[in-house]
Amino acid sequence: MVEFTLPANSKVQKGITYAVKEILEKPKKVIIYRWNPDDQDNPRLDSYEIDLSKCGPMVLDALMKIKNEIDSSLTFRRSCREGVCGSCAMNIDGVNTLACLKPIEEVNGEIRIYPLPHMPVVKDLVPDLSKAYEQLASIKPWLQRSKENFNDTVSIVEEKKQTPKDREKLDGQWECVLCFCCTTSCPSYWWNSEEYLGPAVLMQAARWVNDSRDSERKNRLKAVNDKMKLYRCHSIMNCTRSCPKGLNPAKAIADLKKAIVTEL
Amino acid sequence: MSLNRPLSPHLSIHKKVLTATFSIFHRFTGICLSLGSVLLAIWIILIALGPTYYSKFQALSSLIVFKVFLFLWTLTIFYHLYNGIRYLFWSYGKMMELNMVYKSGYVVIILSILSTILTWISI
Repeated sequence: MVEFTLPANSKVQKGITYAVKEILEKPKKVIIYRWNPDDQDNPRLDSYEIDLSKCGPMVLDALMKIKNEIDSSLTFRRSCREGVCGSCAMNIDGVNTLACLKPIEEVNGEIRIYPLPHMPVVKDLVPDLSKAYEQLASIKPWLQRSKENFNDTVSIVEEKKQTPKDREKLDGQWECVLCFCCTTSCPSYWWNSEEYLGPAVLMQAARWVNDSRDSERKNRLKAVNDKMKLYRCHSIMNCTRSCPKGLNPAKAIADLKKAIVTEL
Repeated sequence: MSLNRPLSPHLSIHKKVLTATFSIFHRFTGICLSLGSVLLAIWIILIALGPTYYSKFQALSSLIVFKVFLFLWTLTIFYHLYNGIRYLFWSYGKMMELNMVYKSGYVVIILSILSTILTWISI
């Protein structure tokens, strides 16, 4: 449902400004969304000042510097620090991206960091992604190969081969790290997240639809052919705009819609 | 136990990116055109009712506010038309690379403005 304003418990309040103790060579202000489940307060915006001359180049480096040196209670997910795990997805400078791939230099003025938009917050910058994971599971993101739908001459123990040309069809889709930057940048997902699958999950649906080794192409297309699951996509294109891996979920969704029209 | 988890901010903090702006304007212009079609119907009814009623419309239409309104409505028509064509391409999965999305968006704006100006010059 479209609701432009935040619920009462989610309204963001002014937070703490951490005092600078020393003279900073290259000061940069970082403003971060904070919420602690242990107290009953509303979320707040805390403000920190860091020295860029003593900090790594990425926004994730800044976050770790703050956690290590100023406020150890700051909570965020991170793992690989090189854009392959998808953990540090957050809203930086108004756009969803991976903190580890976002250079501090690209942000003019203060860096404003929020969790992924329109998600329940577990703590600080950690959103609850259970709903999105549930939706991912619903499209059966694994290889299916049934005897009825496939002229299966290959035995169950044998390797399922694929021509390089068929393999190419998965390029631009398998690279997705499921950070959900795209899904949470989609206004349509904001208003319909209960039923609409969102760009990340739909691109995974396309990834399995396009796999030549999979026997369930038709059934997969039938499963997403639903006015809420798929057709809440109105080609807003925010997903493609925000993907930190440079992928194109909107195109994957458009191709899904086209395949449904031409093949079902 | 109720977790009482807050909802993270969305519309208020997300950058007003062009992709979404084009989309919302497509909807907005669509609504304007629907309302405008009612006005168009009223206009035709006034003609059908005869000169006494139509003269009332003429008094209104000579106002500068009305002209401005009509000019914006022309712009609305062209934006919705050209952006609609953009959507048709997307329905075929064409021109969906991000740089093309932006370029075609700028083309839509330029074409809408040019068409509007040309229309007003020629009438």
